[in-house]
Amino acid sequence: MTTVDPALAAGAYRVRRHEWLHVFRSAVRTRRGMIGLALTLFVVAVAVVGPFVQPHSSTEFITAPFAKPSAQAKLGGDVLGRDVLSRTLEGGWKLLLMAVAATALGIALGAVAGVSAAYLRGRSDAAIMRTVDVFLAFPQIVFALLLVSIIGPKAWLLVVAVGLSHAPQVARVLRATALEVSERDFVKAVEITGVKRNEVMRKEILPNLITPLMVESGLRLTYSIIIIAGLSFIGFGIQPPGANWGLMINENRIGLTQNYWAVVAPAALIALLTVGVNTLTDAIARVALGVERAEVVMATEAVTAADVTA
Amino acid sequence: MANVAAGQVEVDAALPRARTAHPIRHLVIVRVAYGLLTLVLVSVIVFAATQVLPGNAAYAVLGHTATPASLHALEDELGLNQSPVTQYWHWVTGVLHGDFGTSLVAGGSGLGGGGAAKQSVSSLVGPRLVNSGFLVLLAGIVSTLVGVALGLWAALRRDKFSDHVLSVGLLSVAALPEFVVGILLVLLFASLVFHILPGVSVLGPSQRPWDHLNLLVLPVATLTLVTVPYTFRMVRAATIEALESEYVEMARLKGLSERRVLLRHALPNAVAPTIQVIGLNFLYLAGGIVVVEFVFAYPGIGQGLVNAVSDRDIPTIQFIVLVLAAFYVAMNILTDVIALAASPRRRFAR
Repeated sequence: MTTVDPALAAGAYRVRRHEWLHVFRSAVRTRRGMIGLALTLFVVAVAVVGPFVQPHSSTEFITAPFAKPSAQAKLGGDVLGRDVLSRTLEGGWKLLLMAVAATALGIALGAVAGVSAAYLRGRSDAAIMRTVDVFLAFPQIVFALLLVSIIGPKAWLLVVAVGLSHAPQVARVLRATALEVSERDFVKAVEITGVKRNEVMRKEILPNLITPLMVESGLRLTYSIIIIAGLSFIGFGIQPPGANWGLMINENRIGLTQNYWAVVAPAALIALLTVGVNTLTDAIARVALGVERAEVVMATEAVTAADVTA
Repeated sequence: MANVAAGQVEVDAALPRARTAHPIRHLVIVRVAYGLLTLVLVSVIVFAATQVLPGNAAYAVLGHTATPASLHALEDELGLNQSPVTQYWHWVTGVLHGDFGTSLVAGGSGLGGGGAAKQSVSSLVGPRLVNSGFLVLLAGIVSTLVGVALGLWAALRRDKFSDHVLSVGLLSVAALPEFVVGILLVLLFASLVFHILPGVSVLGPSQRPWDHLNLLVLPVATLTLVTVPYTFRMVRAATIEALESEYVEMARLKGLSERRVLLRHALPNAVAPTIQVIGLNFLYLAGGIVVVEFVFAYPGIGQGLVNAVSDRDIPTIQFIVLVLAAFYVAMNILTDVIALAASPRRRFAR
């Protein structure tokens, strides 16, 4: 592991409070990190500022269906003659918000389950990990569809479904890493002083899992975006008539030859976003875990016990 | 040096020999038993989620326009007025006998034909299963071949320009959603730029996919593009690690040809992690077909699931989800066992 930040390696236990910031800063200083962050920030800016600067309402019929770009509609019309530019500007923030919420939920649930399993051992470990195995038997999008088929496509349900579908994978990863940490001397030392088990987990073990957690969060965020946009694309995500990038691609693809902007604009923004987040994650993994481990982690989409800050 | 195979610890030297003389057979038995247990629990979850949890499946099927009488009739038909345990037992014994219930949609979900008669789920989903299986197999094989070839090629040109271009390019492709890749391919090859391939892959009920391979080019290309980067990265990383190892240096010092060093000494140790990632790719394909089949209107179980969810065709949803879960469980066992058998170092289960 040649590229680990020396400051990190030396004071892994003491610089805890700002460890993630150190890793993040070092990652952003690499070329990959810079490109990844720039792409991500660009799309976030479009999604956040977009609704305030959109020239028309996203549901107003202002031109002919699939009209070519004109002075009035700069990116032309969509399937119903609505303004593609306005719908593109409006169609990102919900997707972003839901993806971030789903990721946070999945990471939190998975972290609690994984760290508890590793630290409590015995029956709790067995019970948690068997549950994890069962839920890992569903492809994530299928699990989300199963829930949607019952309750219907509601925004909160999508967040919960995607968050839940991340949790088993996160739990498995964090259990492996936490097992390693909970064997260390400083954990044993704290245990002897009679600190409660909850506090040992929260204050001693979790802070040492920050770097694998960062990488895992990046991987999960990319996935959340892909799944939520994908569900919207197949019609079970964010519901019309409001605009969102996934839905726009599907409803406008029949007019690809007439006004390709209606498909290309939202598709390009989704692509830039997922590529940006993934490239940034890659840069973080390279800084935090070293280039060789990063390659494996990004290929299997999972950090392992080998990735705890040594 | 980091150990390439994820999660694998070199325990061989530390542990005494396994209790059984056949560690692989022992592992297979344990894993299959666990797999079956997992499947039973999965079936309980699928059943509970779709039939017992929220109010009532009959209402979910009929929607707001349901009259009390029609609700009652459907409840009777679905056996909803029995206890959940009885219902589950009835369903599971049916499944074990190959009876997956009756589709709730007249003529079935999607392309099952125009007849108004109700059809059994298995007769509706069966052809779709064949179509999807063929698609996944073809995409998995193409993706593996391309990924391994590119990974080896890049490893042998490590840190040269071509390696960097390939690595960075595939890193980006890996992050793209399947439907964005699919749409881009349609845009490039089936509509705007060139018009050389079919943009939709519709098959009639009696048509078999292997007779219409031109329809499969774009779906297979989409699934290949989104899975190749993972194989590529793993093969590249594992080969580079093997090439830098002491045993490869030893082989070189013995004066063996570079070709022999690569084929006999380096590559065998890159096989196990590669199999692991190929297994992961097949798992990914099982979820990926949902969106990709929808993009290309390909009549497989992915599209079948999407249709069934729109139609609230619960028996069909249950069946397809169960099939996909069984595939997941079986694939996990298969990957573990093959990786174990292929690796000289990895003779023990976790």
